Amino acid sequence: MEQNDNNIDQYRRRFLERSTAVLAGGVLAPGVFLHAIAQARPVDEAVSGKVRWGMLIDSNKCKTGCDKCVKACETENGLNRTGNPLTDAQWIRKVSLKDKQTGRTASLPLLCQHCAEPPCVDVCPTGASFKRADGIVLVDKHICIGCRYCMMACPYKARSFVHEDVTDQKSYAPRGKGTVESCTFCVHRVDKGESPACVSACEEKAMVFGDMNDPQSELSQLLREVQSTEIRGDLALNLGVRYQGI
Amino acid sequence: MAGAHFILRALLLAAATVAAAQAAAPLPDIPKGRGEKCVEDTALMRTNHMEFILHQRDETMHKGIRTSKHSLKECIDCHAVKGDDGLPVSVESPRHFCSVCHRYAAVSVDCFQCHNSKPESK
Repeated sequence: MEQNDNNIDQYRRRFLERSTAVLAGGVLAPGVFLHAIAQARPVDEAVSGKVRWGMLIDSNKCKTGCDKCVKACETENGLNRTGNPLTDAQWIRKVSLKDKQTGRTASLPLLCQHCAEPPCVDVCPTGASFKRADGIVLVDKHICIGCRYCMMACPYKARSFVHEDVTDQKSYAPRGKGTVESCTFCVHRVDKGESPACVSACEEKAMVFGDMNDPQSELSQLLREVQSTEIRGDLALNLGVRYQGI
Repeated sequence: MAGAHFILRALLLAAATVAAAQAAAPLPDIPKGRGEKCVEDTALMRTNHMEFILHQRDETMHKGIRTSKHSLKECIDCHAVKGDDGLPVSVESPRHFCSVCHRYAAVSVDCFQCHNSKPESK
């Protein structure tokens, strides 16, 4: 027990050290300070509903034919290609839209929309599909039985089933045959105070990630300023991912 | 009478053979981990490691608590066993830290259907 307490002290100390570093940085760049402090959380502290992670994607900036976000996701999460493209997992994919009347085309990445009212969670018979307190929708593969109800329920076709044996997984992204998976918002990175891999990889800066509940975050400020849409907003699922320019 | 005596001797011989076989069953040779000691006492780990890992799994998955003390990743990192090629062996190998005992006790491990049984190459 005593050892356990010591450990907690260690975690807290590390957190304080990090926070101090951020404070020091704050003198140079006040904006950075606010942003970083909102994301930092000691490793031994549970996620809370005070935060809601979200994303704004600007399809005007998103380049047709560019798939840097998709590649970054595959590398980060170890989604190795099996040679069967029809059944390979897709956590994020590029979608092209064309307005038939005007001929305008748009390109955008489509990923799990991290709904506040996720249909995948509603239908899951085992409780494997769940929403974390901070709004990230995940699959607990320990209790997933691979029934794929969630894949049927998702209006965005955001989930994939793992059809083949997987080896050499990333330690932070375990995955295996017979379970369903989808975008995790790179939860392992978010828990460290970093952005998802796709956001970091986008050279056009078309994707902005942040805390929707923090009025000071870059994301919230943008959402207040620009006109953004939810895909299938008619379903009233209160999405964590919003799009600009569609 | 002689027949009964023969049967008794045969039974005694059979019992002796079984006892010899039991005594000869080699105990698993458990590879030593990195560092001085494990996160818990060895005896406690032997009986309860699955409980620790199970508890940590739910804490991490659902609450985002990523402490390292009882995390499977830390087990794998410290207890990696190198093969003849100098690279860590996977759980498929009988030399893998988990396999050594689990094969001896004939208890299957499900962890590595999804988790990597080798430390991540950096």
